[in-house]
Amino acid sequence: MREWADFTIESEADGAQVVALAGPLIVSSVGELDQRLRGLAGPVARIDLAGVGAIDTVGAWIVSRLADEFGATVSGASKEARRLIAAVREKPQDEETGAADEQLSPLTGLLVRAGEFTMGYVHGVLELLGFLGALLIAAARALRHPSRIRWISLVRQIELVGVGALPIVGLMSFLIGIVIAQQGAVQLRQFGAEIYTVNLTGRLSFRELGILMTAIMFAGRSGSSFAAQIGTMKLTEEVDAMRTIGVSPMEALVLPRVMASVLIMPLLGFYSAVLAIIGGAFISMFALEIPFFTFLTRIQEVVPRHDLWVGLIKGPVFGLIVALAGCYQGMRVHGNSEEVGLKTTVAVVQAIFAVIVLDAFFAVFFTEVGWG
Amino acid sequence: MSSDLFDGQFPIVVEGLKNEFGPHVIHENLDLQVRRGEILGVVGGSGTGKSVLMRSIIGLQQPSEGRIEVLGHQMGEPREPGEVDVRSRWGVLFQGGALFSTLTVAENIEVPLKEFHPEIGPELRREIAEYKVRLSGLPPEAADKYPSELSGGMKKRAGLARALALDPELLFLDEPTAGLDPIGAAAFDALTDELQDTLGHTVFLITHDLDTLYEICDRVAVLADRQVIAVGTIPELLALDHPWIQEYFNGPRGRAAKASQQRAKAMDKLAKAGE
Repeated sequence: MREWADFTIESEADGAQVVALAGPLIVSSVGELDQRLRGLAGPVARIDLAGVGAIDTVGAWIVSRLADEFGATVSGASKEARRLIAAVREKPQDEETGAADEQLSPLTGLLVRAGEFTMGYVHGVLELLGFLGALLIAAARALRHPSRIRWISLVRQIELVGVGALPIVGLMSFLIGIVIAQQGAVQLRQFGAEIYTVNLTGRLSFRELGILMTAIMFAGRSGSSFAAQIGTMKLTEEVDAMRTIGVSPMEALVLPRVMASVLIMPLLGFYSAVLAIIGGAFISMFALEIPFFTFLTRIQEVVPRHDLWVGLIKGPVFGLIVALAGCYQGMRVHGNSEEVGLKTTVAVVQAIFAVIVLDAFFAVFFTEVGWG
Repeated sequence: MSSDLFDGQFPIVVEGLKNEFGPHVIHENLDLQVRRGEILGVVGGSGTGKSVLMRSIIGLQQPSEGRIEVLGHQMGEPREPGEVDVRSRWGVLFQGGALFSTLTVAENIEVPLKEFHPEIGPELRREIAEYKVRLSGLPPEAADKYPSELSGGMKKRAGLARALALDPELLFLDEPTAGLDPIGAAAFDALTDELQDTLGHTVFLITHDLDTLYEICDRVAVLADRQVIAVGTIPELLALDHPWIQEYFNGPRGRAAKASQQRAKAMDKLAKAGE
């Protein structure tokens, strides 16, 4: 059983109050005592430690704080207790060094926060511009001297973000194709136009869904991994080590990832569209009783070639955005491990948001130029 | 209640310890006894398993054979009812400090207090943290800084402050002076020694620093050939005819450390004679 420290207050003949402490004054026993001593109203003339057993620095601290608070003397201390209390007092107590935070009026506080927010935003924009500039310089250098491109790293990234994504992107697209075709068939049947399910599935997959869903999957899968990996390298000072050795992190870390993403996104988007159409063709066998290969032949007739181009043009742009967000947020990590998680979240959210906004612009743009 | 404190002679007893990683045997039949109230230095070449030994003692590494007893508690066995958690009775300083990077120094020190003694109020907890910060030789304003804002030496001191949070009976230090400048290292040695004098804990100190061994260690344990081949004061070790020990203490660095210690002693004598 744990023994708690306790105290009693006695009055001496001359009316002075004595606080008599009893029991062990160690870290595991003083928690409750401290709460009660804080509520004590003075004056206290003397603190009696005769009943105290074991004592450690926490106990000594409480005794010396109490003594200082009431200007009391300490009596009955064991040798051990005297040594510890002396040690606690010895280190000078620099009070009020870090002056308490100034109290600001609510209005000033609001203005200060607004100012800080604005400046933070401006800095963020400048930082992003700086990052883009550095990336452009690295890219230009790589174009002029292709030998500077890290081919091994590039191929590795293509494997990680492209080949590794094939199963999940394929499955996702196949299922989405099934949903579009099945739901489309149900709705179009009301107008007796279920044959247009083929148009719906084919055009939607090539123009929009293939590439958009792939980009979202890509942001969650690869954008987050870019941010977490580069962020961790920043924390462990690997990025700094690279710089001192003369290796540019832009060239070694960012460029291969961005290039791999830009190259692989249109391919993944096309792959996704094809799988979605296969999914549509598959479900149409049952829902519409259109034979599988008839569905595919029909696709060739009803999907104009520019639909393929729309998807292929959007691909590299989306890949660039996701990779930029991931690498940029990764490079912004500094300080502690919490930052890695925070910046990874920001990278994914920003990437998905930017991709969807841009997709809306693209939709309007391509319709305007006659690729509707 | 002083009966709560460990009053046996050997707070750490290791018997027949065996550690292996796959086919790689690190320790075999290793015995070690640490005396109460001493500063024991542990030395050994790289890869002889100094850190593994420490990790075995504090329970981070499950040994494949052997018995480890810490403060009378048999490691690896469940606690008896009413027994205080042995982990609240030791403090560990890891090589890199291992501070929690999302907490300030003061919050780092408060973690063990919160964990083991939730009954302590927030004011007292904060005061204890501030006191330990001063005790470990950090400026008071360091309490509210994050580990990433501290220099390497300050991180070590902050790590020490956290290790001291519960006034432990046992203190484990893993290469405390590695990576510090000579002045910082000497100051850290002095601090370790002074704290041991004041607080009376037992120190298990892994080090490569010969100055540390000469200045503050009461005894030195030498790890080699998968065992503790010798434990004793430095003169006792030198009397042994083991090639590694001879090379370690009589190499150029060993001689320099010894000379500096002798110079310091001579200066002390002169100063005393002059008084």
